[in-house]
Amino acid sequence: MAVKVSMKVNGKAVSAEVEDRTLLVTYIREHLRLTGTHVGCDTAQCGACTVDMNGKAVKSCSILAMQAEGAQITTIEGVAKPDGTLHPMQAAFKENHGLQCGFCTPGMVMNAIDFAKGNPNPSEQEIREALDGNLCRCTGYHNIVKSIAAGAKAMAAGT
Amino acid sequence: MNAPLIGARIERKEDYRFLTGAGQYTDDVTLPNQSYAAFVRSPHAHAKIKSIKQDKAKKAPGVLAIYTGEDLSKLGGLPCGWLITDVNGQSMKEPPHPSLAQGKVRYVGDQVAIVIAETEAQARDAAELVEVDYEVLPAVVDGAKARAKGAPQLHDIAPDNTCYVWALGDKAVCDAAFAKAAHVTKLDFINNRLIPNAMEPRVANGSYSRADDAYTLHVASQNPHVERLLMTAFVMGLPEHKVRVVAGDVGGGFGSKIYLYAEDVAVTWASRQLGRPVKWTSDRSEAFLSDAHGRDHHTIAELAMDKDGKFLGMRVKTTANVGAYLSTFASCVPTILYATLLAGQYKTPVIHCEVSAVFTNTTPVDAYRGAGRPEATYVVERLVETAAREMKLDPAEIRRRNFITEFPYQTPVALQYDIGNYNATLDAAQKLGDVAGYAARKKASEAKGRLRGLGYAAYIEACGIAPSAVAGSLGARAGLFEAGEVRVHPTGSVTVFTGSHSHGQGHETTFAQVVADRLGMPIENVDIVHGDTSKILFGMGTYGSRSIAVGGTAIVKALDKIVAKGKKIAAHLMEAAEADIEFDRGVYQVKGTDKKKMFGEVAFAAYVPHNYPHDKLEPGLNENAFYDPSNFTFPAGTYVCEVEVDPETGKVKIERFSAVDDFGKVINPMIVEGQVHGGVTQGIGQAMLEGCRYSDDGQLMTGSYMDYCMPRADDVPSYKVDTRETPCTHNPLGVKGCGEAGAIGAPAALINALTDALGVKDIPMPATPQVVWNALQKKN
Repeated sequence: MAVKVSMKVNGKAVSAEVEDRTLLVTYIREHLRLTGTHVGCDTAQCGACTVDMNGKAVKSCSILAMQAEGAQITTIEGVAKPDGTLHPMQAAFKENHGLQCGFCTPGMVMNAIDFAKGNPNPSEQEIREALDGNLCRCTGYHNIVKSIAAGAKAMAAGT
Repeated sequence: MNAPLIGARIERKEDYRFLTGAGQYTDDVTLPNQSYAAFVRSPHAHAKIKSIKQDKAKKAPGVLAIYTGEDLSKLGGLPCGWLITDVNGQSMKEPPHPSLAQGKVRYVGDQVAIVIAETEAQARDAAELVEVDYEVLPAVVDGAKARAKGAPQLHDIAPDNTCYVWALGDKAVCDAAFAKAAHVTKLDFINNRLIPNAMEPRVANGSYSRADDAYTLHVASQNPHVERLLMTAFVMGLPEHKVRVVAGDVGGGFGSKIYLYAEDVAVTWASRQLGRPVKWTSDRSEAFLSDAHGRDHHTIAELAMDKDGKFLGMRVKTTANVGAYLSTFASCVPTILYATLLAGQYKTPVIHCEVSAVFTNTTPVDAYRGAGRPEATYVVERLVETAAREMKLDPAEIRRRNFITEFPYQTPVALQYDIGNYNATLDAAQKLGDVAGYAARKKASEAKGRLRGLGYAAYIEACGIAPSAVAGSLGARAGLFEAGEVRVHPTGSVTVFTGSHSHGQGHETTFAQVVADRLGMPIENVDIVHGDTSKILFGMGTYGSRSIAVGGTAIVKALDKIVAKGKKIAAHLMEAAEADIEFDRGVYQVKGTDKKKMFGEVAFAAYVPHNYPHDKLEPGLNENAFYDPSNFTFPAGTYVCEVEVDPETGKVKIERFSAVDDFGKVINPMIVEGQVHGGVTQGIGQAMLEGCRYSDDGQLMTGSYMDYCMPRADDVPSYKVDTRETPCTHNPLGVKGCGEAGAIGAPAALINALTDALGVKDIPMPATPQVVWNALQKKN
């Protein structure tokens, strides 16, 4: 069955007719062609599809597009400033070599930003626990942990 | 002049696009008139196909076509790139490996049919409607059982399911050494099967242009030229110039994206039948079933010593499970990349290794990060540590007594190490891991009722794969050189084309550092292009930690030609003799004078050749080079791991992990450290968390992230890493490669620490809390 969905993605109002079973991640990738949000598994384990929905990091593979009706969605494409300046968390990943192949990175950054909002000065253990829903096969997490610690501080300092 | 860039921690050029969602991975490519494929896969490990009914599926919404093995019967099978000759001088058994099953399926996930539809969901729905009538046959999943009498037979041409029995070394001489031994240490263990799990699942998008009579395949691959060569020459019988293979951004490989896979062939072939682009995107469940797996050895290994712990000989017998078919490089992994590394860092005078490669009803097994070398290091370093304990010697001391200290060193297993300093990496690792303070930490753990252990692994690997003539004499069916092109633009900026492929390694930065350093320009003026057969002259791709040592050297060789041509131009411009021109980081200078020309001026003169030596030189400044290494490179190092075990629960905490590697010259320490962190984590995954399991009837029991335990952030610690440098003697950069070391050294270091903590001789991998707890119950 086709359903109509409408939401705001990266500040822009969008709407479309989609099959009722369409996942939010499919809507974002295939319909809106915002391909920065990735699909790395089919069991909601890897977190590569993480986006911000109404101020919270969510796995967009676990939500139907129609459940996001009326929502405010931010994807990785909407995180940097319009002039291209990186968000402090993105910059921290770059400075600390917190990414290698880049595939898990959008999900990591989206989750990290949400985490850092409530944790301006997190401990290493807090960061590691917060990453429980995000898999990375390249970095061994070492530099992701460093990146999030630095990014959280930078966000708190408002830089 | 700019500051030296080699050895500098430069932030990565590629990061901005990955951090802003602008990476272009293969699934992000959607072509005009795109169609989508889903595969019908065997639910049985071993079965005859009696019939395939397509009626219902064909009528399903959006379905465009369905093809089965019958349709593809004229195509060649997927080839194996390395011929192994067995102990009797016979060629290995190479059963046909069809892209779609020809009457029989041999593992769960084997491809039976491809269903193509307007949308991905429609293709998947319709694939469910294809009715395949199977006659289920008995299956075998265990390598040793597959060779036993009466075991189910997979291939008619491979009796006893044996692909080959291969050996290296002189058995009689080795046996004689064992007869004189004061002590023999023996271990019998399994090197567990792993599933690579690059975070980006495989994707293939084939298209055909009738106008050009040419194909394009977008594919998540580590080596697009190799993919093209194998697909055109061996499978589809197409001329290479009519096929373009593009591997854009690739989300990790770890070996699993080296190979030519059935899906790549099927979508490319189907795109012409259908006249539309055909895209297949693996989901994770399919990846577990269909990506080539890694490891899966059963090994019995022995080390003979004199009374002082000096090594006299090593005997190794391994059964390697290669799965249902031979994947692209499956045959060389448990032989050439394994037995040749069994000398490790030691002067063991005689070594004999016999390897039986066996077909089973499981997913094909091939190279996974380290590929043979982690298995070899596990054999050597578990034996050495166990021997030290049995002989009541300090595990560092027994290593020092046997270290190779003079180079070049010819091992008894074919390799010649050019350079190394194993005492230096061991010393540094002991300091980094504060081994001196270990006794006090152990006491503190005991006071809490915890068990503490410390283990070493002193690994070596052969990288910079490979000298083509040597590889060819060992059975390689391809060359293993690399190609590079340096294109200097009229205004002096540079585009470099490399046959290496980056899927996380950061070549766009490291290679640019090499070029910008040599030419004395800002790194922003250099771009690296890779991953497209229509742009790159040729390439053997990225695996075996070969990119900087072989691909980087090809670029340096091209730079040499650029610099040399520039000298001629500069000599003309300054009216000096060519022999009097010196070049250093961007400046051509007449020796002993202040006359100079900048590199950019010379480049401009090459493209605006008004004042130019036309009688001697062509205009333009563009050079390419092919580089074939004269030897392997030999990265080596020592890892020290310290664990604490809770005996109540069997939970293991890695308290310290210290890695000191000798990768030769380091171009970008930040990137190198990242490679070690990732490799060590995969090694820890193998040792503690990851293990592929099949049921006896061949069902994959660990087919998702719910069942296959990937390392997560709170499973691993932060690492201490450092390097020591003995520059490689036979390439101009002095580099050795760093991509696989972590995965090679970590499992042995961890299991050595864990067996020390538990006071047991051995423990199987993955040493999960349950395994650890059981080991403690058995001991007590």
